[in-house]
Amino acid sequence: MDILGRSALSLRKSIKEKRVSLKEIYEYFLERIDKYNSLLNAFLTVRNDFTKPEREGYGYGVIASIKDNFCTKGIRTTASSKVLENFVPPYDATVVERLKKSGGVIIGKTNLDAWAHGSSTETSDFGPTKNPWDTTRVPGGSSGGSAAAVAAYLSPVSIGSETAGSVRLPAAWCGVVGFKPTYGRISRYGLIAMASSLDCPGILAWHVEDVAFLLEILAGKDKFDATTVEKPVEKYMAELENYPKRMRIGVPKSYLKVVKKEVEKNIERVARIFEKFGWKVEEMDLMDPKYAISVYTIVQRAEVASNLARYDGIRFGFGRDRFGFEAKKRIILGNFVLSHGYYGRYYEKAQKVRRLIILDFKKAFEKYDLLLAPVVPSEPLKLGEFEKYPFFGEAMDVLNEASSVAGLPAISLPSGVDKNNLPLSFQLIGPSFSEKLLLQVGYKFQKETEFFGMREKLLKKYP
Amino acid sequence: MIDLKNLVPVIGLEIHVEVNTASKMFCQCRANYFGSEPNINVCPVCLGYPGALPVPNIKAIEKTIRLALGFNCRVRRSFKFDRKHYFYPDLPKGYQISQYDTPIGENGFLEVDFESKEKVVYKKFRIRRVHLEEDTGKLLHEGGQTLIDYNRSGVPLIEIVTEPDFHEVEEVVRFVEEVQRLVRWLDISDADMEKGSMRLEPNVSLGEKLLSGEIKLLDYKVELKNINSFRFARKAVEYEIERQRKIFEKGEVPKQETRGYDETRGITFSQRKKEAEQDYRYFPEPDIPRVELKEEFVEKIKRELPVLPIKERRELIEKYSLRLSDALVLTREKRLLDFYKQLLKELENEKIEKLPQRLANAIVNKKVKIEDWDTEKFKERFLQLFGKVEEDLVLVEKVAREVISSFPKAVQDFKKGKENALMFLVGQAMRQIRGKAKPNTVKGKILEMLRS
Repeated sequence: MDILGRSALSLRKSIKEKRVSLKEIYEYFLERIDKYNSLLNAFLTVRNDFTKPEREGYGYGVIASIKDNFCTKGIRTTASSKVLENFVPPYDATVVERLKKSGGVIIGKTNLDAWAHGSSTETSDFGPTKNPWDTTRVPGGSSGGSAAAVAAYLSPVSIGSETAGSVRLPAAWCGVVGFKPTYGRISRYGLIAMASSLDCPGILAWHVEDVAFLLEILAGKDKFDATTVEKPVEKYMAELENYPKRMRIGVPKSYLKVVKKEVEKNIERVARIFEKFGWKVEEMDLMDPKYAISVYTIVQRAEVASNLARYDGIRFGFGRDRFGFEAKKRIILGNFVLSHGYYGRYYEKAQKVRRLIILDFKKAFEKYDLLLAPVVPSEPLKLGEFEKYPFFGEAMDVLNEASSVAGLPAISLPSGVDKNNLPLSFQLIGPSFSEKLLLQVGYKFQKETEFFGMREKLLKKYP
Repeated sequence: MIDLKNLVPVIGLEIHVEVNTASKMFCQCRANYFGSEPNINVCPVCLGYPGALPVPNIKAIEKTIRLALGFNCRVRRSFKFDRKHYFYPDLPKGYQISQYDTPIGENGFLEVDFESKEKVVYKKFRIRRVHLEEDTGKLLHEGGQTLIDYNRSGVPLIEIVTEPDFHEVEEVVRFVEEVQRLVRWLDISDADMEKGSMRLEPNVSLGEKLLSGEIKLLDYKVELKNINSFRFARKAVEYEIERQRKIFEKGEVPKQETRGYDETRGITFSQRKKEAEQDYRYFPEPDIPRVELKEEFVEKIKRELPVLPIKERRELIEKYSLRLSDALVLTREKRLLDFYKQLLKELENEKIEKLPQRLANAIVNKKVKIEDWDTEKFKERFLQLFGKVEEDLVLVEKVAREVISSFPKAVQDFKKGKENALMFLVGQAMRQIRGKAKPNTVKGKILEMLRS
């Protein structure tokens, strides 16, 4: 049976129809990991023994990889830091628990920037992940391991996490679908905290329907996360094809100003496609994303410094001496902005601007159903280039920070390759809890374009 | 120059009370850690494991509101939690979840009654704030090693901060006693200082009383720690006042510092000099959304708030002319006061002179034992002692005769000189008489018959 590149949903169907067993498919992916992981370094931990899921529920047949900053009971969880090199959590993150309870299986844990601090997966204490399209380039980050694993089809889907762009950016650079729901839609319980007011689990896959399917399993109120909302989870799968016939999509001019010419051209190309669907696309004004960089940096550093205070090596893991350079830098800056006398000047002010950003989006969504924007200013960078930028991540995620700061959902979609055969992409940002709409639009785009054959093209390299 | 004669103590209090909820402040673990094997009531949340998140305990919030109302505080309808950062091995997350600028209760007071020259006087002490936070783990120093028990980590803790309104040790002691009473009265905590479920940290300084009556404070204060009983609270504060007075006498000013109390030597000793204010880098806890209380939620707590002990005592003293000391005992426990009041009602028709005082006296001085909070039993014995009994002398004679003929052995014993045998016979007779004669009358009759 031909498995390569198929969606988790279609594999699940084959399993249900008993054309193939879950174990066979699991072993198929194990073989691929065995074959390609040494090149890509997408996985930090692989579960080499297949264990049957507890239940044959809704998610039975789904094989997922999980970013290594989600706690997995009995499976080492490192956040790619040597501080947690030996840490085996005594509990499952809520997303892991929900996946397992529905019948899903975890095949392994994927690489990330240490503590998710980065946008290239190069700050991992266990070596960088390579971009499957060009292994001299970075996959983006921090969910770089998840993006590379999905792109090279080492797992059909992966659960990643975003603080600002950590799902969208690597999805864009690896040419796959990356989905970040509204803050509070998916529980953060068990996700090793980076910046608590921004952190958000996300989903990476080659197929939009897999994202919709997984979101149905993972989303919803969790009594262990006070920031999750009561709002009922919609039927994303059942309504996937009911895209709106009429829509108004805004393209923020300020977002196009900071990107390379080719990236801008790609957005224009996507806009033309949308117009063919009968949707209205027009340029509009949105707050300059540079303000979001400052807000994001201050809030994130403050929360990082606080969240990393628990790693004292007493109850689990190793001591603080194992923190890498990036974590140390962030701790120092975070503590500075929270210090007596500076709090008002930085943290408090950042929160005020955060309110303005939220209001700015609110205004935009009074007029537009969705916003269309690039994900990242350039094509995937070469390994090592991040060292040239003191705030590399912040610069690369300039187009993701505002929406993250506002807690909005977004989807990053692949849209062909450039002249160097590197993936092109775009994102759609929606108002709070517009997950269903984002998935419908993404699905429509996927159906119409087949993502320009990107998957087939890439998987030729990974047969 | 400070005139030493005008130096007066200025004391403010910080009191911590552990809340007696079933589960901890931010997780489902058992809150009552007393007597448990170490590190049994723990989970990823209260151990500060990676990825764990706090979810606030609504019962603890409710109890904090109740206490704030008991302290006549303004209760915030909207508040948040904040992170207070410092490093210590008993603090697993590296920060304590506390409340910084939105305490649940603010600007209240607690009224306390004192005996002064045969009169009861009332004084109000201002409460600056009442807020909710979490307790830390416990360090145990054993054989050169330090061990950590996290059973206490995350137990809900209420912090009460007063204004520096205390100028005498007696005021401090009575106030803290009253806080303990109120906390128990409202079922918030067992508030046991020995067990550590109530902790007291007085801030002591001396100030100069000016002619205007104002007190001028110098730029220092001394915080006292490790006080784990009322007796030590008194001793520690007394010692500290004297220590500081002696420094002034030498023409110096005491240093700002934290001092511990050494109970064996009865002295305070320097623990930590406060060179600069510690920077806790507070910021709003991002894991917990702002709490917005519904008006009806607060109203319900208000409605269900019992009459406070100070008010009950005022009634006992003014309406029933009880002494303050007796009123204090009766308001130690709500159950005891209810018992007293119930009896008072039931005995109303017995025409006993000074019934409220007599009844209070019987309870306070344990003249009549309280058994199983049974008012019937108590009443019977109380009436035997103090009641006006219309005696049925015919019945007494009949019963006395019966008892003497029924228990010949006891009669013989008595004749051999055993006094106990007489008491036995009286007891037997009293059972049959059922309150229709006083024990003395019965005893007299039996004695008369035995001797005749």
